[in-house]
Amino acid sequence: MKRFNPDRDAPEYKGGHAPYDIVKEGTIALVVVVILTVILATVFGSPDEKQITIKTWSNSMPVDFATTAINEMNGTTTTSGYGPPYNHASTGQQIGFLHLAQWVGVRIPLNTTQDFVVKPLESLPAAGPLSASLSAWNAAPKSQRNAWVAAITKVSAKLTFSAGHVVVPSASDGPLPVMIDSLTAMARSGALDQALVTGHGFYTTDYTKVLLFLSDGSYLANLADHQHLTGTQWGMMNETGQYPGQAWLWLYTFWYQVPPYSSSWSANADAMVWATMMVLSVGLLLVPFIPGLRTIPRKVKIYRLIWREHYQEQ
Amino acid sequence: MRVFLHLAALVPLDHLGHYIHWHWIYLSVANFIVICLMVVTFVAALLLPFPGRRSRKENR
Amino acid sequence: MSTEIDRQWTTRLRRRVEGKLPPEKMLPDTQPAYVASWIYVFGVTTLAALAVVIGTGCILAIRGPQWWHQSSYGHFVNSLHLWSVEIFFFAMVVHLWGKYFMAAWRGGRSLTWMTGVVLFLTSIATAFTGYVSQTNFDSQWISTQAKDGINATGAGAYFNVLNLGQMLMWHIVLLPLVAVALTALHVVLVRVKGVVPPFEEAAKAEVSA
Repeated sequence: MKRFNPDRDAPEYKGGHAPYDIVKEGTIALVVVVILTVILATVFGSPDEKQITIKTWSNSMPVDFATTAINEMNGTTTTSGYGPPYNHASTGQQIGFLHLAQWVGVRIPLNTTQDFVVKPLESLPAAGPLSASLSAWNAAPKSQRNAWVAAITKVSAKLTFSAGHVVVPSASDGPLPVMIDSLTAMARSGALDQALVTGHGFYTTDYTKVLLFLSDGSYLANLADHQHLTGTQWGMMNETGQYPGQAWLWLYTFWYQVPPYSSSWSANADAMVWATMMVLSVGLLLVPFIPGLRTIPRKVKIYRLIWREHYQEQ
Repeated sequence: MRVFLHLAALVPLDHLGHYIHWHWIYLSVANFIVICLMVVTFVAALLLPFPGRRSRKENR
Repeated sequence: MSTEIDRQWTTRLRRRVEGKLPPEKMLPDTQPAYVASWIYVFGVTTLAALAVVIGTGCILAIRGPQWWHQSSYGHFVNSLHLWSVEIFFFAMVVHLWGKYFMAAWRGGRSLTWMTGVVLFLTSIATAFTGYVSQTNFDSQWISTQAKDGINATGAGAYFNVLNLGQMLMWHIVLLPLVAVALTALHVVLVRVKGVVPPFEEAAKAEVSA
């Protein structure tokens, strides 16, 4: 006979049974939940903050858009420097010696210069200065392109927007001022949103390119910050407006706020938080087998409140 | 379905939320209320008497 | 001597199921007298909330993912879906707390506990895919942020949170199937094993399961 372990085994119950109508209980539960749901939905509704587009972004912040487009070309945006699964610009995050993202590799290939700037411009009907600029860009060797990008990057902090055009201070940046100005006009018309989505084909539900481009700029992030949705605001738990959010994500977002996740591990914070949550989830799953953790209920004795009638009658 | 036009959100929560900011803890009032309600509900469930005591006593 | 009928898979399966879960155990009309606390209602409340979540989700599916932006009735159904999800998680977490402090895994019930934990995690994943399927600012922000965590694990190469179609199908097909199957298993396990008995306050007891 196995030795009885009160945290693993249950004593044999030799007491009585009483009538208990589980179908009635379930029906009452359903009715209560339906009524509560209807009341809450009627009183509070649900949030529906309007989606933003590259059109709204570029019309609100044309200089920010144009600067982001330049940064997509010089590799300093989040997307252009991301690494796997989008490109090889970095090795991606790691958990100690585990380079999981790198091992899986680039499966959603993206070249931000080509996909966010050149190809959308090439989808436009041919028109004088833009056609000439694109021809010059495509014909130039890589070293020339890099030099143009470096030159426009140097002056990008001084971009202005006037009379519907992006004004780039004078620099040896070749066709890029025309390309960036054209791209901004394309964005402001709404055509860039469409080009980035239907770049996958007529029927697509894949918004990868347009969402990544949006997230590289300041507009989306500013709106999120305003709604307290960013990382340092424990945003993962929050919802827009005053609606309750995802309170169950409290532990997931908690780690981002504390060292070492917020300090020495910050370059790999996402990977480390996932690893931590995986370990904790496995821990929760295996509570029945973990001495100490499975002993707490018996020690804390909250069960005496739950079964107080049983203990009183004994 | 005109009734739904009028019923939609009697108390809409679309205005910017209030937040509790204490050291590095940053919690929306809405989430705080939900968490408090959960704790209160749990404690109430432990403490409130459950109906049917006589029936259970008779069947022990 | 076993007959041909006895040897059938059908017969053997039926007898096995009947043995483990006869009708009076599947739908019992009594419970042990120690089932006498309001904490016990949170499991069935979670189940009820799941039914409302799925029901309201089905109504949203009838008119498609854009409907709720265009129609007040649709927006109301979306609100029903959101609040039933809040009630679902509320009840599930209170149920989890209760089951932990009862040490409800005792007596051979560890699989019941484990299916519950997997259900909790599955629910979080289901809610997440729902949030990124809203087709509004919220889903734009959540997806562009969440991608970093998922990409860091390598899973982002195949589970693309920026792909609305993929996320929506995980939300309305794959994850609900897993959730419903696990819920059925979880409930059947509770019926088969019965509700966990109280801790014995006396010194010794023999192992019951």
